[in-house]
Amino acid sequence: MLYEVTIDDQTYRLELRRSEGGWQCRLDGQDVHVDGVLARRDVLSLLVGGKAYEVRRERTPAGLYLSLGRGRYWAEIRDPRSLRGRKRRGGEAPGLKKLVAPMPGKVVRVLLGENAEVELGQGVLVVEAMKMQNEVRSPKKGVVQKILADVGTAVNAGDVLAIIE
Amino acid sequence: MFKKILIANRGEIAVRIIRACRELGIASVAVYSDVDRTAMHVLKADEAYPIGPALAAESYLNVPKILHAAKLSGAEAIHPGYGFLSENAKFAQACADARLKFIGPSPAAMEILGSKTRARQHLEKEGVPVVPGSSRGLKSRKEAEKVAAKIGYPVMLKAAAGGGGKGMRLVHEPRELESALEAAQSEALRAFGDGEVYLEKAILNPRHIEMQVLADEHGNTVYLGERECSMQRRHQKVLEEAPSPLVDHDLRRQMGEVAVRVAQSGRYSNAGTIEFLVDQDRKFYFLEMNARLQVEHPVTELVTGLDLVHLQIRIAAQEKLPFRQDDVQIRGHAIECRIYAEDPENNYFPSPGKITLLVAPSGPGVRHDSGIYEDWTVPSDYDPLLAKLIGYGTNRGQAVARLERALDEYFVGGIKTNLSLFRRILADADFRAGKVDTGYLERLLGSPPAGPEPQQARVAAIAAGLFAMLDSPAAVSGNGNSAAAGDSPSGWKRAARFEAVNRTDFGPIARRGNPRSTNSE
Repeated sequence: MLYEVTIDDQTYRLELRRSEGGWQCRLDGQDVHVDGVLARRDVLSLLVGGKAYEVRRERTPAGLYLSLGRGRYWAEIRDPRSLRGRKRRGGEAPGLKKLVAPMPGKVVRVLLGENAEVELGQGVLVVEAMKMQNEVRSPKKGVVQKILADVGTAVNAGDVLAIIE
Repeated sequence: MFKKILIANRGEIAVRIIRACRELGIASVAVYSDVDRTAMHVLKADEAYPIGPALAAESYLNVPKILHAAKLSGAEAIHPGYGFLSENAKFAQACADARLKFIGPSPAAMEILGSKTRARQHLEKEGVPVVPGSSRGLKSRKEAEKVAAKIGYPVMLKAAAGGGGKGMRLVHEPRELESALEAAQSEALRAFGDGEVYLEKAILNPRHIEMQVLADEHGNTVYLGERECSMQRRHQKVLEEAPSPLVDHDLRRQMGEVAVRVAQSGRYSNAGTIEFLVDQDRKFYFLEMNARLQVEHPVTELVTGLDLVHLQIRIAAQEKLPFRQDDVQIRGHAIECRIYAEDPENNYFPSPGKITLLVAPSGPGVRHDSGIYEDWTVPSDYDPLLAKLIGYGTNRGQAVARLERALDEYFVGGIKTNLSLFRRILADADFRAGKVDTGYLERLLGSPPAGPEPQQARVAAIAAGLFAMLDSPAAVSGNGNSAAAGDSPSGWKRAARFEAVNRTDFGPIARRGNPRSTNSE
């Protein structure tokens, strides 16, 4: 099985095959044998060259997160042979990111307009919930392609608020 | 002894009290709001009664409904926990009127010692050290100038009705006083409907150290040692420890004796806490009294070996304290982390929601007082405190090591928590040296956190792939069989396996950017 995996901002090409006692992985051309077992729902025990990792998975409105050790990573996995994957490879900018509401609330400010340049971590909109104002920040440096919510809009967790290119 | 106690609270503290009841052979009665039907305290109690909608004012603060539940259940006493009605003298009186024993001090003691300005006025007369200043509201700018000149700058303006930093102004020199006074008065008026402001000498970067006292209803009062509570964010405690690294035997005795005097002067009974500010010369000043059980009581329990909730119940049942001051020994060291549902990467914004995965720590020296469980949805209606993780060791170093180990075991999935904040604090050199004051945490959070280990991102990439492969139900056959079936071995497999046993890491990769809570594709 061939995957394209993005961990935070870095994308890897991952090939996985079952093999005796585990899996053969080729990660960006580097080969490694791993033993991976789902210990329980959302907990993967991974043995890599004798090193043991307990990987925990969270599926949230803001996407998939994997935690191991003291790190927590945003993750996305694609099948490059699928239609979506092919379109990407066919030259469409792979860098579109959706900004989603982290929790239910109301948009109280829009900080940037469409076509504005945005830095990594810069606030794009402000959502108010539980009487606290929460800046929704850009996950990458780029340009605001679309703002999809106006001031006053009530939003649910996971609603797309803006698209960053 | 009581046969049945109603617990007028929710969350971890309700569970804590239910456990004490069970240990003492007392039946426990929970009360719950509409959104708490499946909350942990309802599941653990012997009986449970609904008391209204989610809004606290209509449920956990609703005195008639709570008293009605007590009548229905036949409870003889009410434990208020902390927060909600715990320091409400009118509630304590209403319990007495309904012939229910309130597990706490008398309404009169609460009136005198529970209010900031009243306690200050009362204790000045008793000769207890309070921060120098005006104990009453300032009538004019002239009066403010006179008081400030007498006690010396810098001074702090404070709202009499205040709390939480509102209506507070630090004044460094006389020419700042007039505008600061106006600002503090108007802020206090807006926040509390009362513009009364008083003035205290400003103690810069003080330590916040509190003393636990316990008094029975026969006039016996003891102190159980101090808790260091300087680790605060926006005037909220996040980590507490006992004993304080600053306090030695002599200072403990001095503070303890003052605390006992404070309690006795107000005819205080049951568990209470006297909060002190301690300045850089180790002089201490009365700040306020908390007329209830504190969130951080477990650190005192661990270093004294006493169960404060058991003792609260015994005291309320008219029993005498079963020990004297000389019997109280401080042994070892305990540190508590308050685990909140909030997002450290997003300015500690509250993060309620469903807990999809919960791995709780255990093992030597670890206590976990929790009100949560996996698959439960944390409601957005109440304080975001989920649980308390307490580490105990024979000394401070061992307590820190055990707590760090326990934090690495702890995982809460689906919602954000402040667990990473504690890893930062416990690893910090100043914290390890015991050098903390109330400004410590803001300073620590001003510097950027260390990023995770880079080679882990590559392991995460492999894990993402394996999660996807193993998601098909056939792949989960339990206990290590999931990866048994194999494709035919490929050419590169043998070489790879050789490589895998000859190297244990993946080599460095550059880590770019931070994980964000808000991105998706």
